[in-house]
Amino acid sequence: MQRYSGFALAKHALSHHENWERQWRNPTPKKAYDVIIVGGGGHGLATAYYLAKEFGVKNVAVIEKGWLGGGNTARNTTIVRSNYLWDEAAALYEHSMKLWEGLSQDLNYNVMFSQRGVLNLGHTLQDMRDIQRRVNANRLNGVDGEVLDAKGVQEIVPILDCSKNARYPVLGASWQPRGGVARHDAVAWGFARGADAHGVDILQQTEVTGFKIRDGRIYGVHTNRGDIEAKTVGCVTAGNSGVMAKMAGIKLPLESHPLQALVSEPLKPVLDTVVMSNHVHGYISQSDKGDLVIGAGIDGYNGYGQRGSYTTVEHTLQAIVEMFPIFSRVRMNRQWGGIVDTCPDACPILSKTNVKGLYFNCGWGTGGFKATPGSGHAFAASLAKGEMHPLAAPFSIDRFHSGALIDEHGAAGVAH
Amino acid sequence: MFHIYCPYCEEWREEEEFHAKGQAHIQRPLDPESCSDEEWGDYLFFRDNPRGIHHELWVHAVGCRKFFNITRNTQSYEILETYKMGEQPRFTAECPNGESRDGAASADLDSQTASVQEARA
Repeated sequence: MQRYSGFALAKHALSHHENWERQWRNPTPKKAYDVIIVGGGGHGLATAYYLAKEFGVKNVAVIEKGWLGGGNTARNTTIVRSNYLWDEAAALYEHSMKLWEGLSQDLNYNVMFSQRGVLNLGHTLQDMRDIQRRVNANRLNGVDGEVLDAKGVQEIVPILDCSKNARYPVLGASWQPRGGVARHDAVAWGFARGADAHGVDILQQTEVTGFKIRDGRIYGVHTNRGDIEAKTVGCVTAGNSGVMAKMAGIKLPLESHPLQALVSEPLKPVLDTVVMSNHVHGYISQSDKGDLVIGAGIDGYNGYGQRGSYTTVEHTLQAIVEMFPIFSRVRMNRQWGGIVDTCPDACPILSKTNVKGLYFNCGWGTGGFKATPGSGHAFAASLAKGEMHPLAAPFSIDRFHSGALIDEHGAAGVAH
Repeated sequence: MFHIYCPYCEEWREEEEFHAKGQAHIQRPLDPESCSDEEWGDYLFFRDNPRGIHHELWVHAVGCRKFFNITRNTQSYEILETYKMGEQPRFTAECPNGESRDGAASADLDSQTASVQEARA
């Protein structure tokens, strides 16, 4: 792999930047691999990267039906935080946060990780009690956090309407200074380049059409480019996981919904943090390019249409304008939807299945992006050893029969 | 924006009057005490999540406030029918054209489907 550096930049300037090598190959599928990852999104690519780099499994394929950065990886609001309530979730997301903090150096790829801080606003007394409980839990778990009152919030975000006249006045917030945003495309590309450099075959435009299962064990996958064998298959297909599970004869406790986001026209710098509100439901940040990145909720009904409903957008913009009257005349540039697979307890599934050798990493719902490196790392460790990593183990499918749910609706950020 | 035919109000109304309440036709186990953890977990948490025809429970929240069922395609978003509680869907994944398997759909369903098709035309 050609390393990126100031020196390389200067050197390539001499040849008018025409001789940079491709970031990843476009190989022909081999007959067999040690591990197949189905799904070339952030989580899938991260899994492949850590498998090859840290766990020494070099003979890996990532199978992607579209192209890299064409799915949810490039359809989210790029927010990174780890202020989750329950120990299991806090541990997993904080593991991810620590990887984010060194990710650009590790990948030799600028993922534009920016720790500008994340505010979760409280608008009712109950919100504030929940915030206090969550911040206390965070600090006991080694996750940074503070409880702010309205004055403290106003100091961080002067353009936020913190007056008592608001329909839902801001009473305070939780504040995680280490939270922030990262460039979503760069995350996919950086992991792809890193995985490729360690020998992983990234097979784009390759669709898995079925699983080869015999005697309760997986032997490979059927694809539109022929059969590919592997005794370990990790399925990381986000909103499509229910469909994939059905192909393998497995049922998952998932429902797929469109989750929408919008970006505005680019503005001068006006918001240097991330503001989220569960109560009125809207979340917003400003990208380095200047556009406001606004997240909406999920549609109330199941759907695979990557657009989302108008009523949800309207509801979100009402909340944003209520919080930021200054944005009332900002024009929206574009809107899109990604399909998220939501779990009954708003926590993901990282799990073995009844089919030996077949693993699922799914159900991230509305908050998968922040977990990309941590999810990939814990899942890769599980695939390499054949045993779920201690951080992943509590997120087994079994919890829906044992009752050991990890109820994160309060910290999930999006109502679902 | 959906336009939904409420089978109780017998009128077409806008989506905002309704709330989706998840998968339809889910039966609570008759004898919960004798359920295994497996059966009880399946009942509580495991849902169909098809890319295609799906039967859903909706409520006419700011209308008659009654619950009813919708058969909808989760990919094209087309609403194939709405029907009252206790009735069976005419359109299913097995017969997506609504051709009755035994050739004897109830009179209620017939008239309702006719009105759906009329409105679509």
